[in-house]
Amino acid sequence: MSKIEHNMSMTGDAPASVSTTQKIASALGLLGLFILLLALTNVDFPNKTLFLSLSLGLIAAGTIVFANDAYRGKHAGIKNDGVWLKAFTNRGLSAWVIGIGLTLFYIVLYWFPEYLGLNSEGGNTGVISLFDPLSKLINGNPASQWFVYGTLYTLAILVFGYKFILKYRHNNYEILRTFSVMFFQLGFAFLIPEILIRLNQPYFNPANLWPLNYDLFAGYKIDEFFSSGTLGLMMFAFGILSIFVISPILTYKYGKRWYCSWVCGCGGLAETAGDPYRHLSDKSQFAWKVERWVIHSVLVFVVVMTIAVVYSFLGDDSKDTWLTQDVFLWGAAGFLTLVFALIMIFKRQELAKDAKYGAIGYFVIITAIIGMNYFSGNNQIFFFQGYQLRSWYGFLIGAAFSGVIGVGFYPIFGNRVWCRFGCPMAAVLGMQQRLFSKFRITTNGGQCISCGNCSTYCEMGIDVRAYAQKGENIVRSSCVGCGICSAVCPRGVLKLENGSQDGRINSEEVLLGNDVDLMDFLNQK
Amino acid sequence: MEHIVIIGNGISGITAARHIRKHSDKKITVISAESDYFFSRTALMYVYMGHMKWDHLKPYEDWFWKKNRLELKKAYVSKIETDTKTLHFQEGGSMTYDKLIIASGSTTNTFGWEGLESKGVLGMVTKQDLEQIETYAPNNKECPRAVLIGGGLIGVELAEMLRTRNIEVTFLIREENFWDAVLPEGEAAMISRHIESHGVDLRNNTNLDKIIANDEGKVRAIITKETGEEISCSMVGICTGVKPNITFLEGSGIETDRGILVNRKLETNIQDIYAIGDCVQQREAIGNRKPIEAVWYTGRMMGETVAQTLCGNPFEYNPGHWFNSAKFFDIEYQTYGWVFSDKKEYEAHFHWRHQDDTKCITIAYNKDTHEFLGINTFGIRMKHEVFDRWLSEHQKVDFVIRNLKQANFDPEFYKHYEKDIFNSFKENLQQPQL
Ligand SMILES: Cc1cc2nc3c(=O)[nH]c(=O)nc-3n(C[C@H](O)[C@H](O)[C@H](O)COP(=O)(O)OP(=O)(O)OC[C@H]3O[C@@H](n4cnc5c(N)ncnc54)[C@H](O)[C@@H]3O)c2cc1C
Ligand code: SF4
Ligand code: SF4
Repeated sequence: MSKIEHNMSMTGDAPASVSTTQKIASALGLLGLFILLLALTNVDFPNKTLFLSLSLGLIAAGTIVFANDAYRGKHAGIKNDGVWLKAFTNRGLSAWVIGIGLTLFYIVLYWFPEYLGLNSEGGNTGVISLFDPLSKLINGNPASQWFVYGTLYTLAILVFGYKFILKYRHNNYEILRTFSVMFFQLGFAFLIPEILIRLNQPYFNPANLWPLNYDLFAGYKIDEFFSSGTLGLMMFAFGILSIFVISPILTYKYGKRWYCSWVCGCGGLAETAGDPYRHLSDKSQFAWKVERWVIHSVLVFVVVMTIAVVYSFLGDDSKDTWLTQDVFLWGAAGFLTLVFALIMIFKRQELAKDAKYGAIGYFVIITAIIGMNYFSGNNQIFFFQGYQLRSWYGFLIGAAFSGVIGVGFYPIFGNRVWCRFGCPMAAVLGMQQRLFSKFRITTNGGQCISCGNCSTYCEMGIDVRAYAQKGENIVRSSCVGCGICSAVCPRGVLKLENGSQDGRINSEEVLLGNDVDLMDFLNQK
Repeated sequence: MEHIVIIGNGISGITAARHIRKHSDKKITVISAESDYFFSRTALMYVYMGHMKWDHLKPYEDWFWKKNRLELKKAYVSKIETDTKTLHFQEGGSMTYDKLIIASGSTTNTFGWEGLESKGVLGMVTKQDLEQIETYAPNNKECPRAVLIGGGLIGVELAEMLRTRNIEVTFLIREENFWDAVLPEGEAAMISRHIESHGVDLRNNTNLDKIIANDEGKVRAIITKETGEEISCSMVGICTGVKPNITFLEGSGIETDRGILVNRKLETNIQDIYAIGDCVQQREAIGNRKPIEAVWYTGRMMGETVAQTLCGNPFEYNPGHWFNSAKFFDIEYQTYGWVFSDKKEYEAHFHWRHQDDTKCITIAYNKDTHEFLGINTFGIRMKHEVFDRWLSEHQKVDFVIRNLKQANFDPEFYKHYEKDIFNSFKENLQQPQL
């Protein structure tokens, strides 16, 4: 194989190699991390507030100085020079080191928080104790591992968001949506829930919708909502409303991007901290096949799990309320049947061969529901407790998939692995986007030169070029509307738009530019 | 079964093959000496710049060809015997065809300068050229400076490539401003300033005299014609355009001039042999178009057309309104219709430029009838479909300016300049200089 087919990094110099300022900035950031590491090894800092501020401050300062040096004072424009030539962004050694480091962090966070200093008895130690002052300031309690995680997560979105905004400062769409995810992360995902805790209210992040927030209908959560007066009820109502009303409306008008690229915290981290890895997604048709199977299986799993959890929460039918287990089960089955029937009646064409998969998913859920009805008794669902299904889901999907694989493997598989293969919310929004939305990516007549920038930088692994070079609009359920394909296109071919349903899915094979008669002739066929 | 052989796996050859497959069951073989699979020539630069890897340049996955029964052969056709309908390969062996489509593309155009054969003197057209560039200009230690000859689209791409590795670039252009044979002066000047702002040493009105090699035969410097200045460099990029790649046709009886001569049905003088893409020269120019058009889109359109003809629906090549696009470092360029730098006698121009010096448009119109003739747009994306329609409808320039917003294709939330442009147009009209 020739050199360029293999990999030019063997000979080529990474063009934008790291400058001295960037090295100093990285050192600052690492120093901040080093303080956390020291705390992890149980170094007892005398003044926790000071050292925590120092640590977070250094991390922020390092990133900001780095970003300034990388992008300020340079031309505004696409900054992908050397992406495939650097080990850091082309699965080289440093990428693996970061990937393994992140993965270990997630494993400890989910399953061994005691190593971080969470003690079942007595106060916090280790790195968690370092966050106590901040936690007390915001929610009035000592920190937990989740508080530490939430703080670092929010910090990452803020500082890497800053970097992202500088990088794409010529592109207002990118700037605005990044401000938006920064806002939702800081306000909705971090501050509001913590402040609610301080006010003795249930922990609630209004921007975290079911089924991404698979615990929304867990028994303990429902108890919490119902025992917290009006506010709790409002939260519960909002939770339901946002799934069944708000989100479909917004997705209809703007596509799933309103959530995935403007609001969601997982998407927020992927777009900011994960941005240097967006090109690593797999574009093959095979990956697309795997994606559809996996993500829809997760969706089926979460639906069955939630039904089971609510079912066992409702308990036996002796309670005196209209919402009995039976009513709930048949209601759920009826609702799903209605949705399925409507889709099959009105949207068969659009679905094409996906209809088969839709049908399979539907029947699995329905069978599960019927199964629950006949094989359950004394709080058992099938032969185990409902909460067990939930804890399996939490382990497999909530922790292992979304955290360990989803974020830990950023530098290897790309930044949206979870969003693409795992997120059940993305699956629901994706179906809506494919079938009932005004959103599409429009292609510009015959201008595509098939260069491949769009496909390469699509974090969802969509082969955008395959559509653009045929002059077809891109209407794909997985598209999160990040707008990067449009940004990197050197010929101005792609535009994210909300428009009318007519001609949204077009499949004219002959591109603008050629003889009009020939085009008509071919399109008649 | 009829055997259709296509020489060249570029955009024209592959488009023809795909469309023939769509409409028929014929046996199709595509031959190329350059690469195993079709790749996007227009994206060569991005591999060197590290935006993409070679595999990303391939618009179809490797299984595509087999699945669609498109046979690929990697070989160089050295001779065509038209009376026996046989191709001979340089590597040995031969192949017969029933119908032949020649889509052999272009090669670098040179002007016979002294020293041209030195190592490190190269063009930027083929995959092999890219490998050469990687060899002679891997970084700024091996190659502190490169000199580029000739200011066109390939030249500016090569300059951008080299600048990503911090290699100094001296760019010799014959003209006053970059590409001003095509771009009206205001635009050419703006792009020249932009190129210089990227650290390129742009030398206008400068020609190459000769190339000097060192003892090992590797380029060491060049000498300019006007001042006799010696500029030392480790690589010389020849960017003085491309010419049809037709030397292998000598003695075949296929009639050529600068390119392979074809009629509107894309037929050559010999029956059952067609030619499409960069290698083609129209016997008669079509409208304002040049007889040889080395651009991606025309290759694709010829491929679509010839496929129809071969599948029993004879069609003439009848391209619609001219359009094209390019990118000069950070500034995107699109054009629809005709805007001539050397204005035709009936042509008037309206030029608007944003004060940040990265966006401008030029609209050409007929100064008597005010009919809209074409637009060049820099830094603002416009809709192909809308301009295509306006050109067909023979809209007037006032209409175009008033409705310019309809044609905008910039991403959402971008700042709009239509009002600015409109006001500037009104002011202009009040001056009698039109
Ligand atoms: C760097 C660069 C950038 C460009 N950018 C743009 C752009 O932005 N927009 C635009 O519109 N156009 C652009 N072009 C022009 C565009 O790429 C060409 O017009 C287009 O590729 C021509 O396609 P083709 O199929 O006619 O020929 P080619 O793509 O040249 O394919 C011809 C193939 O035939 C093979 N071949 C030739 N002779 C033989 C033989 N005897 N035996 C076997 N194989 C043979 C060649 O090796 C080659 O692989 C660019 C060109 C270059 C070089
Ligand atoms: S298709 Fe474009 S907008 Fe959609 S996810 Fe991919 S890069 Fe983002
Ligand atoms: S980036 Fe633009 S020109 Fe390149 S393949 Fe994609 S749509 Fe076409």
